[in-house]
Amino acid sequence: MDCENQLMGQTPSNVSGKEIMVENRTEEAAMDANMATISDLKVGLKKRPRFGENLIQAFLFFCGVVSIIITIGIVYELGKESLLFFTRRQWEETNKPLAFDIDAQVTQFAVGSSGMSLREDQIIRVGEEAMRIVAVADGIITVERGYLDTLAVSHSAGVEILNGRVVTLGEFFGKTEWNPQIGKFGIWALANSTLLTSVVAILVALPLGLSAAIYLSEYASERARKILKPVLEVLAGVPTVVYGYFALNFMTPLLRNIFGSGVVEIYNTASAGIVIGILILPLVSSMSEDALSAVPRSLREAAYGLGATKLETAIKVVVPAAFSGIAAAVIVAISRAIGETMIVAIAAGAGPAFTFNPFKAAETMTGHIVRISGGDLSYDSIDYNSLFAIGLMLFLMTLGLNIISQRVVKHFREEYE
Amino acid sequence: MDSPLNNKLITESSLFENNTKPRHRTARFWMSIFQISTVIAIIALSALLITIVNNAFGYVIYESDVDPDTLAVNGVAVDDLPKEELMAVLQSNISQGLYRRFEHDMPFEERTREDVLALIYERVIDPKVVTQYSLSDSIFKRSEIVQFAAVEYPKAELIFQSWINWDFVKAPQSGDPLRAGVRTAVFGSLWTILFAVLLAFPIGVGAAIYLQEYADDNWINRIIQTNINNLAGVPSIIYGILGLAIFVRLLEKITSGAFLGVVDPTTANGRTILSAGLTLGLLILPTIIINAQEAIKAVPSSLKQASYGLGATRWQTVWHHVLPNALPGIMTGTILAISRAIGETAPLVVVGASTFITIDPNGPFSKFTTLPIQIYQWTSRPQDLFRNIAAAAILVLLMMLLSLNASAILLRNRFSNRN
Repeated sequence: MDCENQLMGQTPSNVSGKEIMVENRTEEAAMDANMATISDLKVGLKKRPRFGENLIQAFLFFCGVVSIIITIGIVYELGKESLLFFTRRQWEETNKPLAFDIDAQVTQFAVGSSGMSLREDQIIRVGEEAMRIVAVADGIITVERGYLDTLAVSHSAGVEILNGRVVTLGEFFGKTEWNPQIGKFGIWALANSTLLTSVVAILVALPLGLSAAIYLSEYASERARKILKPVLEVLAGVPTVVYGYFALNFMTPLLRNIFGSGVVEIYNTASAGIVIGILILPLVSSMSEDALSAVPRSLREAAYGLGATKLETAIKVVVPAAFSGIAAAVIVAISRAIGETMIVAIAAGAGPAFTFNPFKAAETMTGHIVRISGGDLSYDSIDYNSLFAIGLMLFLMTLGLNIISQRVVKHFREEYE
Repeated sequence: MDSPLNNKLITESSLFENNTKPRHRTARFWMSIFQISTVIAIIALSALLITIVNNAFGYVIYESDVDPDTLAVNGVAVDDLPKEELMAVLQSNISQGLYRRFEHDMPFEERTREDVLALIYERVIDPKVVTQYSLSDSIFKRSEIVQFAAVEYPKAELIFQSWINWDFVKAPQSGDPLRAGVRTAVFGSLWTILFAVLLAFPIGVGAAIYLQEYADDNWINRIIQTNINNLAGVPSIIYGILGLAIFVRLLEKITSGAFLGVVDPTTANGRTILSAGLTLGLLILPTIIINAQEAIKAVPSSLKQASYGLGATRWQTVWHHVLPNALPGIMTGTILAISRAIGETAPLVVVGASTFITIDPNGPFSKFTTLPIQIYQWTSRPQDLFRNIAAAAILVLLMMLLSLNASAILLRNRFSNRN
């Protein structure tokens, strides 16, 4: 009682806790052991700065941020190089030589008759110097010398004229021929075959995968499900290069046997698409099965109670209830099919072609990236830059699909219980 | 009994009866459709494995320049001869110039018996494959094959070959499919995985701890979480492009080893094991984070609360209670991520895996090839023999994956037994 009174009595008269402590220590040190313990505790309970902990927390935060750095890295690198792809002037050979020596002042001169024809407003390069063509007449061109901040110097006869061109967005998204050697950059030649393989893959995986999911979740016995589901999942872990081997050595010969080897080329998008379908089948069935199993039992029992058959329960009650999960599975599977690389690199053919015939060879976006980066790719070449432009498109497509899938799950989820 | 209501009931129930049959028929029909779909799915997936096994074994008809039996000395087959006699056999069957060249490359005193025997097989016997058969043909058309071999190639030898064998695992890469092996590729895979794990494991687990134990529900942490989920869905080839731009090109000084004074003109371009490992590390990072988060989430919160109740700090709680309990789950998730990384091909092609390497990689700055890259290259070759060794290489890869997955399952089982 005494201590308490003293403590309480002292508190208002002193401004800070520290002073209490000091007074306690000096004036009443020997008075009460309990008192000392309480004041010590007061010291001990104060939050001490813990540098080690803060350091660790900072490191952990950094680890979390690394994923953002990766994303920024992907977007920055893809964006930067793609921008170069669309803005950098590519110098292509025209096979057209200078007809005579020219010095630094000449603005009108003759060119050889061979090679690519020149037009007005075209930017050309002779040696290190860039020029803009003002007029063209009978093998004689009028130019603006020292264009693009280059120095006008003299050139000797026979030096080849290079043509400068820029790939426009309109050309990239509007044309259907892709051939960097002759400066054709129409993405549809590649995107079309990507869509073709993906459509074939979904046509295979969606009906089979969804049916298998319904079977596993609604019909199969507990034991069968316990065996079949892991089997499907293990096979989803087989590397895609193995699926590529399978496409080339099993699916292609099979298709050629069925449809005739005159119709089906050795490399074709149908074979690659079907095998991609087999690859994403476990993904579709496993994710859909999870969604179907998550539908509460009470819904099924209510349907049975109304006299519905198993099929009616499954199709009219369970599948609609699990719709968001199934849709998400399908979207993720599409995104996977678009980004799939090794199967198409092995089985779909090497060489861009704009065709809707699934039995013809056609290179996809991913297949093209693998093929041109496989050799000794020199930096700052149009091939190197085009790789990033294709990559950016691929990234945006798959990212968009993944975001849509997450949105679908969030917004269309039916909440039960 | 004859009330109109009862009549109505009877007609309705007969209507009901009439309706039930077709409904049940439809139900049965669709049930068999679902069943068949599942069976087709399983068949399609097993066809994958059967194709590979079918190509990895089978009869081979070998034709040799010299019949090995004629090389036997005093009735002892050439395979069983001691080294000295093998040297004599070699000397008498090849030109003196060639023998001296071998002597010059490496004196015969220093060569092992196996080495000399290999030289005899390479230079004297020189077996060549005339035809090879798949496993199914070898089983079902065995008599035809034996007859064909006896009639068409009487001097040739018919052997049932397992393309996957110890020599295949041991031998380095070679342009000759009969002598090619996967040793350099297996080492390349192991080296790249090592660096991938060194990068991704600490950062991945750190990020998972941060998100589960430290992060408040604010915008930046929500962005981090969404971002990780999205990164997990980015196609692997995009990581390859990122690796090419960042590790191979931008950090060339570091990844080529130039900053340490490693001057090797063949590796000076940054297309090294280190670049490949770091690229794979970025690739598996989201998977490791997500798996580790699941494992940490599963630690009962009573444990944490008990620890906090005793006055432990957040890190003390994490280090002494959360992590030890979540570790088996984290390890399982990491192993699964590794097994994904081992099978990755596309990003490594983009990063610049070498196509032909005969020397084992010996450090982070070596050029590299990996097992899936090897499979890809052999699959792309037109010659039939490469198809067989590609199948054998696939079996090696699948065995590596199988043992990894088995260890993950073992870990998981131990974990679930303990709780």
